[in-house]
Amino acid sequence: MSTSIKIYVPRDAAALSVGANRVATALANEAKKRGQAVEIIRNGSRGMLWLEPLVEVETAKGRVAFGPVTPKDVASLFDANFLTGGAHALNLGLTEEIPFFKNQERLTFARVGVIDPLSLDDYITHGGFAGLKKAVTMTGAAIVQEVADSGLRGRGGAGFPTGIKWKTVLGAEADQKYIVCNADEGDSGTFADRMLMEGDPFTLIEGMAIAGVAVGATKGFIYLRSEYPHAYQTLLEAIRTARAARWLGPAIGGSNYAFDLEVRLGAGAYICGEETSLLESLEGKRAIVRAKPPLPALKGLFGKPTIVNNVMSLATIPWILANGAKAYADFGMGRSRGTLPIQLAGNIKQGGLIEKAFGVSLREIIETYGGGTHSGRSFRAVQVGGPLGAYFPESLLDTPMDYEAMAAKKGLLGHGGMVVFDDTVDLAQQARFAFEFCAKESCGKCTPCRIGATRGVETMDKVIAGDTSKLALIDDLCHLMTDASLCAMGGLTPVPVMSAMTHFPDDFNRAPKRMAAE
Amino acid sequence: MSWDDAVASSIVNEYKHLAGATLPILHALQENFGYVDKRVVPLIADALNMSKAEIFGAITFYHDFRHEPAGQTVVKLCRAEACQSMGCESLVAHLKDAHGVEINATTPDGRLTVETVYCLGNCALGPAALIDGELVGRVDEDLLDAVCKGQSHDRMAG
Repeated sequence: MSTSIKIYVPRDAAALSVGANRVATALANEAKKRGQAVEIIRNGSRGMLWLEPLVEVETAKGRVAFGPVTPKDVASLFDANFLTGGAHALNLGLTEEIPFFKNQERLTFARVGVIDPLSLDDYITHGGFAGLKKAVTMTGAAIVQEVADSGLRGRGGAGFPTGIKWKTVLGAEADQKYIVCNADEGDSGTFADRMLMEGDPFTLIEGMAIAGVAVGATKGFIYLRSEYPHAYQTLLEAIRTARAARWLGPAIGGSNYAFDLEVRLGAGAYICGEETSLLESLEGKRAIVRAKPPLPALKGLFGKPTIVNNVMSLATIPWILANGAKAYADFGMGRSRGTLPIQLAGNIKQGGLIEKAFGVSLREIIETYGGGTHSGRSFRAVQVGGPLGAYFPESLLDTPMDYEAMAAKKGLLGHGGMVVFDDTVDLAQQARFAFEFCAKESCGKCTPCRIGATRGVETMDKVIAGDTSKLALIDDLCHLMTDASLCAMGGLTPVPVMSAMTHFPDDFNRAPKRMAAE
Repeated sequence: MSWDDAVASSIVNEYKHLAGATLPILHALQENFGYVDKRVVPLIADALNMSKAEIFGAITFYHDFRHEPAGQTVVKLCRAEACQSMGCESLVAHLKDAHGVEINATTPDGRLTVETVYCLGNCALGPAALIDGELVGRVDEDLLDAVCKGQSHDRMAG
């Protein structure tokens, strides 16, 4: 055959973790051996992580998926004419017809898994920079209004309206302003930021540039956690490419606006996901949480007005500018407008990234998308929103994924991560871990968090040993930490603890070990 | 390479112009030497016009920075909730029971360091680990056995 056929093999870290590089090599070798011209494109992940490495072949009908592929499958794939979508045990049909993928509403993730993440041509062909091109023709106030009208709320977890934050920075007078992207995605069960940075990094760059144009900031920093070495390399290369093509620099996209970017690596401190702690870290100090006020919007990085937004928030901005605030706000429910990139993780059969309009129930995600637990045992709990999120039992699974609806059940949506546990989980141990994690990761500035977490671990040890009289102490400690901690680290650690105690009391009412032995 | 004050000094000089240069300097030192020697504290403090206490504070605040060299192979094993749900704690127990390998320590022969990490962003394919910088999903006892014996952790090799 003379024409070269396009094969997509993800370069996403999750796909690499189950052998995508080896599959790509095997495909290239086998094609060469058979004299078949192929072009192997290393795309981002489609987000169906249980199918990784997911190999796609471009056919006349569309992209056909095969997965999970191992190097051992490669010869048989060629034998089955997989390059024309031939029948094979691993043939999953057209990628975009796979129900897990088809039923999503992908706005922020529209290009992730589709394009070559480092190809500017691919990016532009798929609608890239449409938002920035529009933004440079608008006034800062008009851009901010567009973001406000979209209803976008901070996707990092706090859910603060992005437009209001931007308006504050826009209104601040200063010789220098900054755009800081919080890419310290430390919550267990979350990987949307990583997938986007690895799968469509130009979207984040474009979103930050739009933010810069909107509020008059010329300099941006991406604060990336060091646990993401692959995302780091991708971002570095994307920034170099964008700069070379003048999408970053003194006249972005040929406009009169200047904007440039740097990536900075964190160093393994969970607290740096808290915005003021992140700023301290960027300034080169210990990441001790700052008291607010002053707000970072007024006195942020190096004392200058600063937008600190999560990766998801910034990466959604280009879509909003390109398609209009109303189109975005048409998705969602109540005061949660738009879509949420949900990350389904833990003990789950079909884990991955599901971008849906707000309002989808936890049950639909776990049962319809997830297909139940990975172990095959029965479901017992789901922790939503990271280590500071609540453990919900089966009876709360009909709760819609919406900031207010989750709060009404004493939970939180956080960054949209869901960690599923089967019936082997011990919720008293999970409650203990919540305190332990807080003790390890507390910045140490405020007493309720620093001391409270340690006392929490000690007290939970007594409860686990059978001293149920200590449960009242846990309850008391949780109230104190909630009311008196400086930031969300200490303030929300009681959420997983209290939810575990409320919904899974049997795990806490343990027979004393001595009596159990009798 | 083993610690060299002259090389350390040139690394500090290379990055000191950056705004908030502390972390970039510390990362570069660790990248080069495998750890951050305490001897560098006055050097960085002087270059950045910060106090020695501030630099020492930064080195000790962040979990990433090692105070002594690690083993030849470094395994960062995720022990956060998503990996807990897939049994990472039994892997920690297996390392100790079957191989006498303690977590957050280096083996006496200097071959292996196993460290706790909280989340590698591979939460749908847990338990996850970063083995010498390479992300590995669905980590199991067999894989850790191979690593402990100094064999390849590449399950698909051969």
